[in-house]
Amino acid sequence: MLTWVLRRILAVVPVLFGVTLAVFSMLFLVPGDPVKMMLAEFVTTPDQIAQMRAQLHLDEPVLRQYGRFVASAARGDLGTSIRSRRPVTTEIGENAGSTAQLAVAAMLVAVALGVPLGLLAALARNSWLDVASMGTALLGVSMPSFWLGLLLIFVFSLHLAWFPATGGGDLPHLVLPSVTLGTIAAAIIARLTRSSMLEVLGQDYVRTARAKGLGGFAVVVRHALKNALIPIITIFGLQFGNLLAGAVIVETVFSRPGLGRLIVGGILSKDFPLVQGVVLFVATVYVLINVLVDVAYAYADPRIRFG
Amino acid sequence: MSVARRLARHRGALVGIVILAVLAVLALAAPWLSPRDPIRTAPRAALQAPGGAYWLGSDQLGRDVASRVLHGARISLTVGLISVSIAVGLGAPIGLVSGFYGGRLDALIMRVIDVLLAFPGILLALAIVSVLTPGLTNVMLAVGLSAVPTYARLVRATVLSARENLYVEAARALGSRDPAILRRDILPNVVAPLVVTATLGLGTAILAAAALSFLGLGSQPPQPEWGRMLSEGRDYLREAWWISTFPGLGIMLTVLGMNLLGDGLRDVLDPRLEA
Repeated sequence: MLTWVLRRILAVVPVLFGVTLAVFSMLFLVPGDPVKMMLAEFVTTPDQIAQMRAQLHLDEPVLRQYGRFVASAARGDLGTSIRSRRPVTTEIGENAGSTAQLAVAAMLVAVALGVPLGLLAALARNSWLDVASMGTALLGVSMPSFWLGLLLIFVFSLHLAWFPATGGGDLPHLVLPSVTLGTIAAAIIARLTRSSMLEVLGQDYVRTARAKGLGGFAVVVRHALKNALIPIITIFGLQFGNLLAGAVIVETVFSRPGLGRLIVGGILSKDFPLVQGVVLFVATVYVLINVLVDVAYAYADPRIRFG
Repeated sequence: MSVARRLARHRGALVGIVILAVLAVLALAAPWLSPRDPIRTAPRAALQAPGGAYWLGSDQLGRDVASRVLHGARISLTVGLISVSIAVGLGAPIGLVSGFYGGRLDALIMRVIDVLLAFPGILLALAIVSVLTPGLTNVMLAVGLSAVPTYARLVRATVLSARENLYVEAARALGSRDPAILRRDILPNVVAPLVVTATLGLGTAILAAAALSFLGLGSQPPQPEWGRMLSEGRDYLREAWWISTFPGLGIMLTVLGMNLLGDGLRDVLDPRLEA
């Protein structure tokens, strides 16, 4: 088991190197001169452009630039934001907490809504309840999060005045954004819970449990649900990534501080070091979370470890 | 039974087809159906409620929401189709070559794909858009390119399993060459999962493109693009809910239609996957 875990962790190293290479290459994919693009809104002298180029080390050989990029990133130095002139790491540090809060709250919403919905549909297979829950889930996956967010603001902020529409910080500000972001993930989890549960309910051990006289509830919860939830762990990692990325949109809808607002602002103002830093940070977090999920999965399902 | 007939008997798929057919007709006929020019402003007629002269109301600049939503259908469907074409057009050949020939090339391609899949959800599209200039063409490019790894991996996996079939071995024994085997024996296996994924992918692409425009990174004013209209209507939510509600409904119905059809196609084309 330990060697399996170590091997899984080591497998991440080349991927992370690839990620740094991809993020580093972004500057070279800019059509034309990235420095001129970054400074497009300012009146600049050739001197200033040369200075900026030196500041970004763009005047050095590419290989040395990449080496410097990786070495600095490993030390936690992601360069300096062009607009705010502050270290990118500081900007990320100030905003990551808010996004993490949103993603975790959204995940709770997703599990709290998705698992019962999928369970209900599986247990009442082919009934109107099944059709209604899966119909709801289908609406959920088809819903643009930015539209759902606006609808929730319209109803719960502007009309009922239960929750604030915009801003961040305390719990009331977290409710609508996390419901918005969590609903879409809930729909995916509901669909998966249903199919996973249906598969498990057909297994021999569930029949055995029923045959030895266990009541419906004990069979469903202790024998079936416990096993049906295993595949759901695997998409947990994937979904968490989607939540991190979805936060970009939801934060904009609710004018909530966070990495999403940071990166959108960075893209709009052509602040490449900031954009590169946030992209690198989010991708790294996503890769590491997936390793954790894989390890948790192996603990939950011995077939993975020994297979 | 033919695929078409089985689809017609699939309740979900049928609903999806009807939704998409209606949308396609509305999109194609938008110039004739629209009561007004979708971009001409009329400041004195701003923020009119739905009903009356404006079926779906007018926006903050007095533009007709109904006309803009109809034209928006054209934009969203086109953007979805082009993005998915880019993704399939690049992803499928890469997956085909990678899966069929295997070896070092396959290992290299898979490493690159692993790296690209490390950027979750819309993040890869955001990264691509960030180095380009905002605009609808670049949105299609970003959404399309960011989906290439998904299709490459899907096709590769299908090819890997199809390659093991006895009839492939038989064809080889009979002296068939690689291109012929690929075309006659491998490709037919790839079509069904590719069609299902691409149909569902159309919905995802439309959502992603609208999201980028909502963020201000895609379509530029005064284009009547649904995501853009939503973000413009956001500031008038209190006094004019209709500006953002109808384009949102448009996006949801389109994506719903794609999802219903995609799920139906999966049930019909691949009974093994039926839940």
